[in-house]
Amino acid sequence: MSVADIQVDEHLAHDDHEHHEQSFISKYIFSTDHKTIAKQFLITGILWAIIGGGLSVIFRLQLGFPEMQLEWLRPILGSWITDAGKLDSEFYLALVTMHGTIMVFFVLTAGLSGTFSNFLIPLQIGARDMASGFMNMLSYWFFFLSSVVMFVSLFLETGPAAGGWTIYPPLSALPQAIQGSGAGMTLWLVSMVFFIASTLLGGINYITTVINLRTEGMSFSRLPLTIWAFFITAVIGLLSFPVLFAAALLLVFDRSFGTSFYLSEIYINGEALPNMGGSPILYQHLFWFLGHPEVYIVILPALGITSEIISTNSRKPIFGYRAMIGSILAIAFLSFIVWAHHMFVSGLNPFLGSIFMFLTLIIAVPSAVKAFNYITTLWRGNIVFTPAMLFSIGLVSFFISGGVTGLFLGNSAVDISLHDTYFVVAHFHLVMGSAAFFGLLAGVYHWFPKMFGRMMDDRLGWIHFWLTFVGVYLVFFPLHYIGIAGFPRRYYSFTSFDAFSSFTDLNSFVSIAAIITFGAQFIFLFNFFFSIFKGRKAPLNPWRSNTLEWTTPRVPGHGNWPGAIPTVYRWPYDYSKPGAAEDFVPQHIPYSKTPESNLPHENDLAKGENVAPATNESK
Amino acid sequence: MLNLIIVLAAVLILAILVSIFRVTTLVGIVKGDSKKYVPAGNKLQGALMLIFLILGIFGFFYYSFGGLDEDFVLPLASEHGADTDRLFWITMAITSFVFILTQIFLFGFSYKYQYKEGNQADFYPHNNKLEIIWTAIPAVVLAVLVISGWKTWVDITGPAPAESEVIEVMGYQYSWSIRYGGADKQLGDYDYKKIDVVNQVGIDFSDKKSFDDFIPTKLYLPKGRPVHLQIRARDVIHSVYQPHFRLQMNAVPGMPTRFWFVPTKTTEEMRVETGDPEFNYELVCNKICGKGHFAMKYLIEVLEPEAYDKWYASQDAWLKQNSDYLSKVPENLQDMARIASGIESKTEIQKIDNSVVSSTY
Repeated sequence: MSVADIQVDEHLAHDDHEHHEQSFISKYIFSTDHKTIAKQFLITGILWAIIGGGLSVIFRLQLGFPEMQLEWLRPILGSWITDAGKLDSEFYLALVTMHGTIMVFFVLTAGLSGTFSNFLIPLQIGARDMASGFMNMLSYWFFFLSSVVMFVSLFLETGPAAGGWTIYPPLSALPQAIQGSGAGMTLWLVSMVFFIASTLLGGINYITTVINLRTEGMSFSRLPLTIWAFFITAVIGLLSFPVLFAAALLLVFDRSFGTSFYLSEIYINGEALPNMGGSPILYQHLFWFLGHPEVYIVILPALGITSEIISTNSRKPIFGYRAMIGSILAIAFLSFIVWAHHMFVSGLNPFLGSIFMFLTLIIAVPSAVKAFNYITTLWRGNIVFTPAMLFSIGLVSFFISGGVTGLFLGNSAVDISLHDTYFVVAHFHLVMGSAAFFGLLAGVYHWFPKMFGRMMDDRLGWIHFWLTFVGVYLVFFPLHYIGIAGFPRRYYSFTSFDAFSSFTDLNSFVSIAAIITFGAQFIFLFNFFFSIFKGRKAPLNPWRSNTLEWTTPRVPGHGNWPGAIPTVYRWPYDYSKPGAAEDFVPQHIPYSKTPESNLPHENDLAKGENVAPATNESK
Repeated sequence: MLNLIIVLAAVLILAILVSIFRVTTLVGIVKGDSKKYVPAGNKLQGALMLIFLILGIFGFFYYSFGGLDEDFVLPLASEHGADTDRLFWITMAITSFVFILTQIFLFGFSYKYQYKEGNQADFYPHNNKLEIIWTAIPAVVLAVLVISGWKTWVDITGPAPAESEVIEVMGYQYSWSIRYGGADKQLGDYDYKKIDVVNQVGIDFSDKKSFDDFIPTKLYLPKGRPVHLQIRARDVIHSVYQPHFRLQMNAVPGMPTRFWFVPTKTTEEMRVETGDPEFNYELVCNKICGKGHFAMKYLIEVLEPEAYDKWYASQDAWLKQNSDYLSKVPENLQDMARIASGIESKTEIQKIDNSVVSSTY
């Protein structure tokens, strides 16, 4: 591929003057190196995850122990603790809102795609860096700016945005309706504008890089599934995030410039507002046009990472490579035409409800195919339980458990009584929240050696996994029962209703499980930061994996490969190939060198191979 | 103090974990684990997979079939709810089967095919027949679910029967307002600009149908008759939710919505069924609407049709209770309004005084 060749030449020329020391700022802060940017995204994502998880612990205390004195939180929360020592009911809403926003956007979008797309795309396709290092840097710094704005909003006197992470107007448009819709909401919108800019800059880069900078031989049918997932995720993001931008912009107009896109016939605080003719439902359509693809933006990279890890650690090719790609494509396509299943009881035309129910349930088919393929990949494998593998298996378990409940909610008739109950909370926390989070953790455990040149500790990884895995189930499984019993989500307390006076013990149990699960994450944090500095030095290919990133030096420098970029001769899943000496054959090994394990059609391919001189490879 | 102890305990636990980690790491180094390709605890992890599977399935069945202190299935009290419940349980049967089966395979395979020295994994990259089978089976099952769901959905969302009781439900921060059509069984117009502290729902008295409308303090429903709720909101989005009726529809400012259903059990019957003499149906808000969202409650009482009719006939029109609002009725309709609302003709039209009414929340 000519593009790749040019890259090589460029780099070789560049090598001559690379010896000058990069300043600290250009190396670690305003870096254009995709690996550094990936680490920036990862660390920022981890910080956000601690904040987002911490918020959930606070509101779980409220839900699990409504009688509890929270006076001790006053040093952190100030006047959000009422004089009676209770959490303010409006701040409770701010907590759930910020928990959702942070987790969905800052942790599982930026933290997941930002980290692994940046880190793995150039390394796995055999490129020196992203197509535009500068745009990539901008992508991180826009995200950083967005993070700062969102973080600042947490400390406003009127509190951060509090209308739910979906910020439905009119609640989010009227500061009279809830304090959080004042300055907090303004900052939320400003932050999201920067966030969208960041996502688009990143996405354009990922797409361009995957299309143009693949190394010689790295055809699309030889791309690792991680890259397929990141690639399609970027495409989804590029198509859907601008719609969120439009939705947010119209909301800004309604809030600040007196327009009536979403507002109509409102009487609030003793005053009839002049707005007429707007539609709150319009906002919901626009929001979910991003919002639904967003859940696939969150889960697809995690599934891609899982595909890679399960295959590597089962020592088996991923089952149904092409079916996996096909299902990614099908999910991506369908993700754009199912958004209104979030709106079955919004007053949507029932006919549209029928259409969207039909389309929604179709999406279960490619999802089911993926789950079956993962399980079949395990079948007759030779499974190594690295922490990454455990988290990947956990992901598949969550994906199934949370996925099947989608069949209830996607069915508009059943959704009538389940909509906005804890059943929904359980569903999406398992299928997209926890599953994607496990994808993130699996990815960190798996690629940590490549990121930092050292190994994380397996034992702590195992403890972390079991506490988290069991903990997540103990948190979210009981919520199904509470949801079937009709408990509404986003309720500060259930004492007002006789119908919801039950399950106090179960709610306490869930809260305890949540706190333990949150606590278990500190084992990971310790392992992560400790291992960066003190971990055992990593071998070049610790998991005996096939993909190209393991052909780089222990700590790849600028440009990733010191010599020429390796050429790719085969797909990335030649594990346990009959006849082969080892149980893996990396992508850069030509068929002509493995006559003992070639399949008949591969022998033909071997004849046509134009293998580079061996000297190149020893570099 | 207790919290401090909890925090200290957490720190101690972490410290213990760290110590264990250091010790096992050192032991590992002595044993030469780092040179092995498969981690030493691989077997343990495999075993844990199996243990988790067994305990998980046991827990699932135990807690789903009576292991919980309270029943998580709410008694049903509406006609369409029988259909959605049936769909729910069919879906539950199918998904539980798939759920259990796939988890057994997932963790079972993980256990069974864990690394063994000298074993080699099977090179099994694809099998088109299998792929087709497990694309087709979910597709067929889903088609069945879609079709039955669609039929039920169309029935539920179809037009309400002509003889339905029409009741207006308006959500506002943080309660509900219920309006009945009165003797003519027809709701009068409303206009949000006519809302004030007394006329909370903005009844428009230029519409003749509004004169006999009444606004009770509870939502009364007749058992066995179709009820057509006309739903709106005054300030932000709310959601009319009643779990026993399996009823939910958002209340949207500026966009009236509707939901019709047939209650099948009176409040008294439910008190007997649940064994709770205090039982009441409650109208719940199920769309985040602000500070008081969690307490936005309104009582519902389902009566036998005869009792309902008696109650209905005994209600005074809103206009009668707030006769000063006669001044809002156009001059030429005032006599008609007096008659329709039952105001004694001699009543003086008073000036409306807005200052006496306090906020509702």
